[in-house]
Amino acid sequence: MPSDATDTSKFNNWYRRNEIAITPWLFLIPAVLFFATYVIVPIGQSFWISFHMWDGLGEKTFVGMGNYERLLGLGDQKMDRKFETSFWNNIKWLVLYLLAIPLGLFIALFLNQTVTGIRLYKSLFFFPFVISQVVVGLVFSWFYLPNDGLFDVLMSWFGIDIRGGVLGNPKTATYGIIAAGLWPQTAYCMILYLTGLNSVDPEQVEAGRLDGAKGFRMLWYVILPQLRPATFIAFVVTIIGALRSFDFIAVMTNGGPFGSTRVLSFFMFEESLSEFGFRMGYGAAIAVVLFFIMLGFIAYFLFQMWHDEQESR
Amino acid sequence: MFQKFIKLTTAFALSTGVAVPAYAELSGTLRITSDMSNPAPRAVMEKMASDFDAMHPNLNVELTVIDREGWKTQIRNSLSANAPDVVNWYAATRMKPYVDAGLFMDISDLWNEPEMAALASTKGAMTLDGKQWGVPYTYYQWGVYYRQDIFGKMGLSEPKNWSEELSNCQALLDAGIKCYSIGTKFLWTAGGWFDYVNSRTNGYDFHIELATGQVAWTDERVRAAFANWRQLIDMGAFIDDHQTYSWQEALPFVIDGKAAAYLMGNFAVAPLRAGGLSDDQLDFYQFPVINPNVDYAEDAPTDTFHIASGAQNVEAAKAFLLYVTSPDVQTEINSGDALGQLPVNAKASVSDDKFIQQGFDMLSNNAGGGIMQFFDRDFPAEMASVGMEGLQEFMVFPDNLDDILERLEDARQRIYN
Repeated sequence: MPSDATDTSKFNNWYRRNEIAITPWLFLIPAVLFFATYVIVPIGQSFWISFHMWDGLGEKTFVGMGNYERLLGLGDQKMDRKFETSFWNNIKWLVLYLLAIPLGLFIALFLNQTVTGIRLYKSLFFFPFVISQVVVGLVFSWFYLPNDGLFDVLMSWFGIDIRGGVLGNPKTATYGIIAAGLWPQTAYCMILYLTGLNSVDPEQVEAGRLDGAKGFRMLWYVILPQLRPATFIAFVVTIIGALRSFDFIAVMTNGGPFGSTRVLSFFMFEESLSEFGFRMGYGAAIAVVLFFIMLGFIAYFLFQMWHDEQESR
Repeated sequence: MFQKFIKLTTAFALSTGVAVPAYAELSGTLRITSDMSNPAPRAVMEKMASDFDAMHPNLNVELTVIDREGWKTQIRNSLSANAPDVVNWYAATRMKPYVDAGLFMDISDLWNEPEMAALASTKGAMTLDGKQWGVPYTYYQWGVYYRQDIFGKMGLSEPKNWSEELSNCQALLDAGIKCYSIGTKFLWTAGGWFDYVNSRTNGYDFHIELATGQVAWTDERVRAAFANWRQLIDMGAFIDDHQTYSWQEALPFVIDGKAAAYLMGNFAVAPLRAGGLSDDQLDFYQFPVINPNVDYAEDAPTDTFHIASGAQNVEAAKAFLLYVTSPDVQTEINSGDALGQLPVNAKASVSDDKFIQQGFDMLSNNAGGGIMQFFDRDFPAEMASVGMEGLQEFMVFPDNLDDILERLEDARQRIYN
């Protein structure tokens, strides 16, 4: 087969000429394929579904922006109150969850010393991150129980009585869950900072000391700048953790009392996938809104990373 | 050829109404997906499957048991892709999404069989759009389970009307005992209270009109029902902080005597007995009359079997449904040491358990208003979820009623059109 042989050699020649340009793409193909199938396409489908009224079983009916109008209160509609509550709860989560970073830093600094048994202390502090979020949620919900719960007993010593218990009172429930979530998240940030502290340059610390820096000034001007990569990662995982708060809410309050602890992800689950949820289109619309909120954060982080790289060059 | 023969014989058996043994020629595989995952129901289901398998030598019964709570969300995927032949579900409006989507098979022909006449009382709950979509296999009464010994000690008797109810409750409260235990964390328990207060105030027909979206939530009659309920709430009749408890977590209040009664389904009896209450301590009464002009209506939720429209072995599936509802099987699976509930077949015998007997008597002789399936089965799914959340809020903050009713009315106008 002479023509075949020339074809093969033609291809070989072409490949050899373009090897540098082609090979990376060949290696990328599997990942790109999977990423497209399991991430990009479903996102597109969510957008598509969000323009429909659909119970997840029968036929879809196209309603255009109907779901968004109802959800966000566009036009003459009122904003969905569940959405309003969920949105503000998400904001509370995002802001308060960031407390995990200074708390983690503080514990890391505290544990960054050589004492007998320090490995044990470190692992004990890290323990909450290892156990499942569901277990943490369950333990905290017992801790918060009205009358019998330890927290209620402690509060009664100070004469504080939270009506309905922490998780039964719509004013305190979200904060109670966030506090439960902070426990493992602090441990996570602590580990990030502990590894960061290992790579702090001792010569710089020494130099700082010679210049008379100590205490807070040492921390702020010498240690923290060196911990920037750790802070950045801690920031990213904490923001993602705050947006993934679903498990805690499902276990501790199930969105209650009267829906006051819902966040967007839980709201989406409730509307489309839970026992009584048959509004796939509406759920998809919530997912799309959540997607844009996350996109905002991720774009900011990507910009920061790019910016840092530019600076270090 | 052989397949055709089977079809012919089963068609013959169906048309002539020959009893179950006529299905002995069934072959192939019958795939059942059940949600009877709690220990006792699971044993019942496994025994039914293996007995049915033994009755039909050529038929292979494959049983899959799925966690009862999990099944409530899994049923959608299960029915849409590679559906089993027979599945468990619930009666009334709760069937609607699957009926509308064409996932349940219309089995009206099966209901025309003579042996189904004994199930006539449950036919209404299985009917949507004038057709039947499944068969019931068990049901149970709701009512007030109360501490007979506490009532006796204080000289109280079972209340028959609302004023007796209120005075009983006041006496209990004066003695430092809460009238009712309840755990509303998962919302549905509050639905039971609303079912009773509303149907006793406005009657069964009004309650169903509300469930089917024909009446506004802001209607004066709905407000009247809430006003009656509020009398109890304002007295402090319900245990404190009930929004943090599940129904199981609220049981100890009754067992420890901190609360005297519990409005619940008959399934509460087993854990109350396991908690140490004897039948001398625990008793049952029907929810009292509020408005003497309306007849008693009772919550008696029915659990069901359905044939998926994608079923592969329809003949065997129909035979299994007939088998499950037959008098002998009904007697056996609902007996005190099995499900401990009420049989759906009028020819089956009722367990001699005290509570099952009382419930059976109440439902057969003293529920002239009608049988409700329960809040989350009579109301469409979305209305039920919004509604129960509002009911829970009302029980904690009764002053929010106007706001709650407006919200529910808003939801009603969107959901029912």
